[in-house]
Amino acid sequence: MTSAGLILNDVRLAIGGRTLFDGLCLCIAPGEIVTLMGESGSGKSSLIAYICGSLDTEFDVRGSVTLDGQDMGPLPIERRRIGVMFQDDVLFAHMSVGENLAFAVPPGVTRSERQTRVNDALVEADLDGFAARNTATLSGGQKARVALMRALLAEPRAMLLDEPFSRLDATLRERVRNFAFSTIKRRNIPALLVTHDRQDKSDHVITL
Amino acid sequence: MRPVKAAFARNPFGWALPLTLAVFIGPIFLGLFGTLLPAFGLQPALGSFELSFDPWHDFFNDPALTKSLRLTLTVGFGATLIAVIIGFCSVAILFGTRAFGIVRSLLAPALAFPHASFAVGLAFLIAPSGWIARLISPWATGWDQPPDLLIVRDPDAIALMLSLALKESLFLVLMIVGALGQINAGSLLRSARSMGYAPARAWLIVIAPQVYAQVRLPIYAMLASALSIVDMAIVLGPAAPPPLAPMTLDWFRELDSGRQLMASVAAIFQLLLVIGAVLLWRFGEMVVNLAVRGPLTNGIRRGWAERIAGGVGRIGISLALVASVGAILMLLIWSFAGTWSWPGALPQRWSAAMWVRSGDTLVLLVWRTAIIAIAASAIATALAIFCLEAGIGQPKSRWLVILYVPLLVPQISFLFGVQLLWNRLWLDGTMVAVTLTHLLFVLPYVFLVLSDPYRALDPRIAIAARSLGASRLRTLVRIKIPLLARPIATAMAIGFAVSVGQYLPTLFAGAGQIDTLTTEAVALASGADRRLAGVIAFTLTALPFMALALVSLAPNRLGRANQ
Repeated sequence: MTSAGLILNDVRLAIGGRTLFDGLCLCIAPGEIVTLMGESGSGKSSLIAYICGSLDTEFDVRGSVTLDGQDMGPLPIERRRIGVMFQDDVLFAHMSVGENLAFAVPPGVTRSERQTRVNDALVEADLDGFAARNTATLSGGQKARVALMRALLAEPRAMLLDEPFSRLDATLRERVRNFAFSTIKRRNIPALLVTHDRQDKSDHVITL
Repeated sequence: MRPVKAAFARNPFGWALPLTLAVFIGPIFLGLFGTLLPAFGLQPALGSFELSFDPWHDFFNDPALTKSLRLTLTVGFGATLIAVIIGFCSVAILFGTRAFGIVRSLLAPALAFPHASFAVGLAFLIAPSGWIARLISPWATGWDQPPDLLIVRDPDAIALMLSLALKESLFLVLMIVGALGQINAGSLLRSARSMGYAPARAWLIVIAPQVYAQVRLPIYAMLASALSIVDMAIVLGPAAPPPLAPMTLDWFRELDSGRQLMASVAAIFQLLLVIGAVLLWRFGEMVVNLAVRGPLTNGIRRGWAERIAGGVGRIGISLALVASVGAILMLLIWSFAGTWSWPGALPQRWSAAMWVRSGDTLVLLVWRTAIIAIAASAIATALAIFCLEAGIGQPKSRWLVILYVPLLVPQISFLFGVQLLWNRLWLDGTMVAVTLTHLLFVLPYVFLVLSDPYRALDPRIAIAARSLGASRLRTLVRIKIPLLARPIATAMAIGFAVSVGQYLPTLFAGAGQIDTLTTEAVALASGADRRLAGVIAFTLTALPFMALALVSLAPNRLGRANQ
């Protein structure tokens, strides 16, 4: 088993005496996208929270998560460098589209370089000229693309996608999904997609 | 006025809006008008119809004005700024932690703590002969007797400013907690943290600006209140001269008609001062907004800023809670103190004598205070329910701003006029007048507490009841009110607490003839007998706490209904 990528080893999640899943092992290589499916309440979103480090302390947890060979367990969410894209777009309402993106650019970058990266991201997301726009004026698809680009601008080492396309209509969903998959693959980072939708197939599909 | 017409047309509770507006805006405008006329020498009741600017001339030439104004601005801006800093920094550092849950559970009782009894208890705590000095003397201070220091009622009003800041910071935390429910705070924070931002920095950058927009009006209300505070200023503030609002009250109470005219000018000036202060604060918000745009997106994930904010938040909220608990303890201990000589940390002899001696007076004060508070909170709750049924209170409704009017306009600016109004109606000095005047200040809080749970009730429940043939009134009485029993009880308890704590409205509407626990506690605060002040102020504190405790008996069905 290679140490590069995102690896879950013998993970068990339980809450209130109820085991959500046990013995989960998963290895996602760089550039690979794995789709995780399961019924409501099977623990998909809890698994996402566990991997990114935001799981509620009420959960009983066993197992480990490593990213590129580094154990994520002791690290708080902000130190893991794992990007998350939620079902809700979670854009910051008090910031413009450009400010939302600039917020994610890592520190130590000059102002002009920061602006360049934001502009490049907007072009890549087909949102050129949207920098000054209020996020409330964006369509669902546009919001999803901004949320994805924002997560990627933080230079994550892995991406978690928690049903990010579920609120989009069928046509838009396919466009945004293709955009998200191709963008993640270009960055060559491992990604885990949690979904209810069988259309959201990727490199591999596993079921909880 | 389309919404009024629409409200009438749509449902049988459409009358609630005009009635509430009349109850709200009517007395305020009539009160302001009644205060404005004497400010220009017009006193129709005394047959004086000649316009005069002499009262304004006298007011601006009063030698105490400059100092009084400086104190007012220090207390107003200082207390509000400190409260805002403590409020935001403490939630930034505590959000999502177990300590946050503990702090949240303490907020409602802290809010119910009347300003007057908080001030009396705090004075007992921090005075040169207070508990803190006793606990550290003489071993740490070398003081064999209480030091000759002006800690309470200091000439620069620092004690007043800091005490008010601590009290209001808890109110603001409660408002922030409420506002957090309006935004997806947990997800926003996770999203920012997943990009590498430290928790407190993420909260301050991502959550705080959105929350601030939600609590802007309560902050303006805090500023207005701090600029015109009277009861706490009488207990903790300087006397020569006092800040503008207590000085105005002193002038109103003088027999000299010239002073009373100056008081009317001061009351109107107080309103102008608050309007100017709110505009200045708004300007400050815009400057800060411009200044932080860069740091918002400079990419720095962690640094000294959130560490300082964390320290300030932790210390500030701890001080606020310790001050509240300490103040209550002080009131309780003093009320049972027999002999308590310096520097004993506790009384040498305990006694219930003061409780027994003040028994009859105490029962009368409790009875009067409770009756007024029950009546005011019950009327306010009924009006709030009818308004919500009429569809008023949606988050974007412009009518919500009107609810804040009694909290934004300084009480001293219109209560004199309200007193004249009651006088014209042969009601001044009656319980009815006091109750109706309290209603002005109770209704906003009741409405604010009730509106969120009311909106949270799944509308399909009422639709289902109506589809079964129930009228709107029957649906309200048989379905909604039972389901909302707990929030309604909470709103009533908060309304009760607000009424119990009213000082100036009781003084003016009661025309000095209706004493309540609050007016008595403030009157006794500067007196020599701390035991009696302890008895009255502790009872004043206990009443709202008991009301809140009773709320826990109300059934909680809202969550289950929505499931």
